[in-house]
Amino acid sequence: MTSDRRPLSPHLQIYRWQLTSALSILHRFSGIALSAGSLLLVWWLVAAATGPRSYAGVQHFLGSWLGRILLFGWSVALYYHFCNGLRHLWWDSGRGLELPQVYAGGWMVLGATVVLTVVTWIIAIAHWSA
Amino acid sequence: MAGSRMRSPLGRAIGLGSAKEGVDHWWAQRITALALVPLVVWFVISVVGLASAGADLPMLAAWVGYPLPAVLLILLVVATFYHGALGLQVVIEDWVAVEGLRLGLIITVKLAAILLAVLGIFAVVKISFTG
Repeated sequence: MTSDRRPLSPHLQIYRWQLTSALSILHRFSGIALSAGSLLLVWWLVAAATGPRSYAGVQHFLGSWLGRILLFGWSVALYYHFCNGLRHLWWDSGRGLELPQVYAGGWMVLGATVVLTVVTWIIAIAHWSA
Repeated sequence: MAGSRMRSPLGRAIGLGSAKEGVDHWWAQRITALALVPLVVWFVISVVGLASAGADLPMLAAWVGYPLPAVLLILLVVATFYHGALGLQVVIEDWVAVEGLRLGLIITVKLAAILLAVLGIFAVVKISFTG
C-alpha cells in the first residue's frame, strides 16, 4: 500500500468558498440527512401498522419540540435535495453547463428551497393547533 | 473517444470500465431520482394535507386503505431506499479509505436499506388490508 505517499492536491480549506462548491457539498449533506430522515418515515408507517398506542407515540414525538425541529430540518433537506436533484438531472441531459447558467440555477434552487419550506410551514403551523 | 486507445479490445467489448460495474450504478441513481420526482411531490402534498386534517390513525388508515395511495407509498419506500443506498455507497467510497471498513459499511448500508424498505412495505400492506 503506497496510497499515503501519493501527491496530494491542496487541501479544501485553502480554496475560497463559492456558490457552486457550497451547493455541491450541500447536496451530499442533505442526502445523508434524508437517509437518516427516512427512518422517520418507516417509524411512522410501522407505528401506524402496529396500533393506536404506537401511533400515538410517534405523533407525540413529532409534535414535541425535538420532533418539530427534525421535521423542519427534514423538509429543508428534502426541498433542497429535490430542487438541486432536478438541476443535476438537467445537467445530465447536457444542458445548462455554462458557468452563468450554473450560477443562475444555483440561486434558483436556493430560492425555491426557501419558498417551498416557508409555504409548507405556514400551512402546517396554521393547522397545527386547529 | 480518445480514451478507447488506452483500453484492450476485450475491456472495450465488456464495457465495464475500471470500476468493473459499468454505468449501472449511475443509471440506477438517475432512474430512481426520476421516479422520486412525482412520488415526492405527491407524498409531500398528501402528508401536509393529512397533517392539516389532524392525521389521526383512522384517517391515515382510511387513506392507506385506498389502492392508489398504498401502491404509491410502497413505490416511494422502494425508490427512497434504493436511491438512498446508492447515494450513501458513493459517500462511503469517497470518504472511507480503509478497505475493510469501507466494504463493511457498504454492506451494512445495503442490508439496512433492504430491512427498512421491507418494514415500510409490510407496514403499508398491513394498514391497507386491516385498517
